[in-house]
Amino acid sequence: MAKRIDATNVTAYYGAFKAIENINITVEPKTVTALIGPSGCGKSTFLRSINRMHEVLPAARVEGSLTIDGQDIYDRDVDVTAVRRMIGMVFQRPNPFPTMSIYENVVAGLRLNGVRKKSLLDEAAEKALRSANLWDEVKDRLGKPGAGLSGGQQQRLCIARTIAVEPQVVLMDEPCSALDPISTLAIEDLMFQLKDKFTIIIVTHNMQQAARVSDRTAFFSIEKTGDPGRLIEYDNTQRIFSNPSQKKTEDYITGRFG
Amino acid sequence: MGDTPHRSADAGTGGTRVTEGHPWPAGASAHVAESPVSTGTPGGPGLGGGGALPTARRFGAERAFRGLTFAAGSFVLVVIAAIAVFLIAKAVPALRANTVNFWTYEGWSPNDPEPKFGIGALAFGTVLSSALALLMAVPVALGIALYLSHYAPRRLGTSLGFLIDLLAAVPSVVFGLWGRDYFSGPVGNLSIWLNEYFGWIPLFGGDGPYGASILLGALVLAIMVLPIITSLSREVFLQTPTANEEAALALGATRWEMIRTAVLPYGRPGIIAAVMLGLGRALGETIALAMTLGITFNISFNLIENGGNTIAANIANTFGEANETGRGALIASGLVLFAITLIVNITARAIIYRRREFTESAA
Repeated sequence: MAKRIDATNVTAYYGAFKAIENINITVEPKTVTALIGPSGCGKSTFLRSINRMHEVLPAARVEGSLTIDGQDIYDRDVDVTAVRRMIGMVFQRPNPFPTMSIYENVVAGLRLNGVRKKSLLDEAAEKALRSANLWDEVKDRLGKPGAGLSGGQQQRLCIARTIAVEPQVVLMDEPCSALDPISTLAIEDLMFQLKDKFTIIIVTHNMQQAARVSDRTAFFSIEKTGDPGRLIEYDNTQRIFSNPSQKKTEDYITGRFG
Repeated sequence: MGDTPHRSADAGTGGTRVTEGHPWPAGASAHVAESPVSTGTPGGPGLGGGGALPTARRFGAERAFRGLTFAAGSFVLVVIAAIAVFLIAKAVPALRANTVNFWTYEGWSPNDPEPKFGIGALAFGTVLSSALALLMAVPVALGIALYLSHYAPRRLGTSLGFLIDLLAAVPSVVFGLWGRDYFSGPVGNLSIWLNEYFGWIPLFGGDGPYGASILLGALVLAIMVLPIITSLSREVFLQTPTANEEAALALGATRWEMIRTAVLPYGRPGIIAAVMLGLGRALGETIALAMTLGITFNISFNLIENGGNTIAANIANTFGEANETGRGALIASGLVLFAITLIVNITARAIIYRRREFTESAA
């Protein structure tokens, strides 16, 4: 249920602007990997190129190679929708479908996959909501609008929606930046549990969060505005936060820049 | 700033003369008082206050504006009431003079010594031609709107959108002329073909002649309501939050699936509103239909034979030679048209209202 990701010389562009350059990372299955770095350093761009969401934006493209268990996801013959089903994504701001109920939100991905049988959908919805630690809070109001929940609940609903299709990898783009500390804690707890099943990559600006939840940490940075983001250091989280090998990493995590 | 003077006394007069005559205490704020034309609130308190709270103004721009908007709002009601009173006052004598049943009689001779006129056939033709026009226009309009908002390259989308808006600027009399002098030919041929192969369906039955039919009128109407529905739904589709579109894509949706999951449900109230505006235009359309329809006074579902009539077209066609009763009869028909439009709009509101729980949280 979880797969390994290899990025080799990944370079991503927005039109003529090179946002990241030559990123090389290997992410092991069933781990949490945190991407940290100052704003504009390309963490989110890299994250979005892992499930081919980067190319959704006009004139955006990716070069280099990204494989999942050895299979190139940018291969010409690969169906992009299959890639995105395999590599789910949770966004910075909770984005439940506003016209759908809680239940419909959770099963939206399954419906897209052609699952029609009510019993299967019900089962999957309960499983996903339980996994997202949301079931007890919403089980009595599954028919209510998903957008009526609190911010933290909405984000867990979005996580439930993402894991309902049983992806191999879950990408999270600053999933807690719009949430209060208690909701943040709930989602961090959730990440510990989800790690048993999924490979998780999370972008975060919160270094305590990276230190708490991740096994490995990648530090991205840019020289100056307009330059492409580069991977400065990638190591075990503990080592990054206690004894980084790069001066820049140390400066960043101790708050001396960024 | 402990001993800042009370400002409430002069604030009540409008607060404009605060720069003069204030017994400013010596100290921190003195230099401000020496340059009287500095700001609206000189002295220590600054914009955030600091002295005692001034009393609220009793008369000011706030109140004046409030009164102005209230007057504007009430004005609409007054105008509507005045129109209603006028129309009803004119219609009632004609309806009294009518010697047949206004609702069921199929014919329109209100100028005769024994006036006979009925709204049935006209109302039927109005609703039938508009419904048919929408049936043809809405799928096309939504298709164009989706193409412009989600498929076309941005530059092409913008220029095509501009062309569509131009179509809305063509006067309806031009559409009428075109429909009557040119378009009736192809539509007549299509009607003959439909009659030959699908004549067993009552809609396409009859023995001719074909051409100046409900079908022609509805086609012309469809072209006329197309731009309004297209440009409104395009606006609505463009407003779909990117976050929701990306959510659908990240779940593995194709573009069409993304549109079905995120764009169409989000735009639903807007689409309904756009369709209702189109329907409003279709129901009230006058001259294009007066020129293209065959003008008969019967209730028939036959779409291709010469015939058909609508309330608005009938007013345009017969107003010229109408006498007192005739004009009253036409005004009565106008009231019926108004009622039809009202019912349509209320229905649309009801549809949107039923899903309010979801649409409100969408905002």
